[in-house]
Amino acid sequence: MFQWRWEFAWEITPRLIQATGNTLIAAGAGYAIAVVLGLALALAQRSPYRPLTFAVREFVEFIRSTPLILQIFFVFYVGPQIGVRLSPWTSGMIAIGLHYACYLSEVYRGGIESVPKGQWEAATALNMTTLQKYRRVIIPQAIPPALAGMGNYLVGIFKDTPMLSVIGVAELIHTANAIGSEHYRFLEPYTMVGVIFLAISLPAAGLIRLFEGYVRRKLGL
Amino acid sequence: MNMQDVTGFPLELAGNDMPMVSFRQVHKAYGPLVVLDDLDLDVAPGEMVSIIGPSGSGKTTVLRMLMTLEQINGGCIYVDGKPLTHMPRNGDLVPANQRHLRKRRADIGMCFQHFNLFPHMTALENCMEGPVQVLGLSKAEARDRSEELLEMVGMIEKKDQHPSRLSGGQQQRVAIARALAMRPKVMLFDEVTSALDPEVIGEVTNVIRKLVSEHNLTMLMVTHQMGFARDISDRVCFFFGGKIEEQGPPAELFGNPQKERTRQFLSAVREAV
Repeated sequence: MFQWRWEFAWEITPRLIQATGNTLIAAGAGYAIAVVLGLALALAQRSPYRPLTFAVREFVEFIRSTPLILQIFFVFYVGPQIGVRLSPWTSGMIAIGLHYACYLSEVYRGGIESVPKGQWEAATALNMTTLQKYRRVIIPQAIPPALAGMGNYLVGIFKDTPMLSVIGVAELIHTANAIGSEHYRFLEPYTMVGVIFLAISLPAAGLIRLFEGYVRRKLGL
Repeated sequence: MNMQDVTGFPLELAGNDMPMVSFRQVHKAYGPLVVLDDLDLDVAPGEMVSIIGPSGSGKTTVLRMLMTLEQINGGCIYVDGKPLTHMPRNGDLVPANQRHLRKRRADIGMCFQHFNLFPHMTALENCMEGPVQVLGLSKAEARDRSEELLEMVGMIEKKDQHPSRLSGGQQQRVAIARALAMRPKVMLFDEVTSALDPEVIGEVTNVIRKLVSEHNLTMLMVTHQMGFARDISDRVCFFFGGKIEEQGPPAELFGNPQKERTRQFLSAVREAV
């Protein structure tokens, strides 16, 4: 009964390739949101304006302490009840982007805090504005130590994209489920999805390490 | 923090004998620890003042307050006749806001014990950064100005190196060029040779000597190098317990100190050498 059927595997390959594309787009778009928003959250937490710092810190804590799947459901199902009707893709990108932005903000925060105090003082002595200090001096030095953590979350977001299947985003798991229930065969689609995830995650980790070394050299660190 | 409005201080200093830098009853404390106790210190334009004293005597704090890296708790600091730590409002002085600080800070440059060069920029980029970003110079202008200064400090051959490839003495010379590229009226040197190996101290002190003899900069220097302070200073201030215990021309202060504590400090320092 548990016999692998190559011709079936071959038959479903095009659909899985398309779903792989969707998964990569979802991970990429979600990560892009997270990278930008995460930096904004990290900087907001360092603002001298106390109420903002407090609100952002509580928000990050809240997101990090609740499950991603709840956040996805919340945006997709509760949104329409308050008049915000979004497509599965949009809801998914918002939820996963926001979720990972909160994790990335902590990575950025660590990177920013690792920049020695003397760098801030030298920037003050050159009479830079706060924005110039961050843009020209602090962030370029905060990124290299943050890259390893950022890379982990890139792989993490990729592996969390199956959560989007619950609201009908046609990524890999969603597609594998559909194939399974159409043909009453689950062995091939699920195995293939596992292999695809592995084939992307493993080299990604290595590439991230190479990229980290490249950035460090480029910045002369 | 808890810097108050000050009354009884002039809104501006003027006159022929106007000091370039003036500390007026400046008070600084960290909690119960008083670091500077109503400091009064005037530095004339073009004057080179060295600050010496035991650690914890508040000497570095003097420079850091002047660079606005530390807030003061009382009194007022003037630079080039205008208040630095405060700004005039309705005929009174109130604590300076960021905008005022940025305007007044342009007169001051500083070199640090640990150089604090930007590690992701080359020597030349370090020098061009302030002029381009802060002063708004064109890249070409900033490059000319920076290369001239790197030439002056003897670092032009290494202009395309990152700080990690430079020795401590070389980094400090680049840091001096970087500060000078902003064309400050007042230069602060905070123990600029303390982190250096003995054999490279000379290359940094020679640059400072050159500045003293060739430029009309007002300079304040915190140092442990008594010989150097004696050679190049117009005046030496001995700090003890948050106050100026004794000050005078170097020949007098080193040759014939009047206070017991000065004598003790100088003899302790001489023994250590």
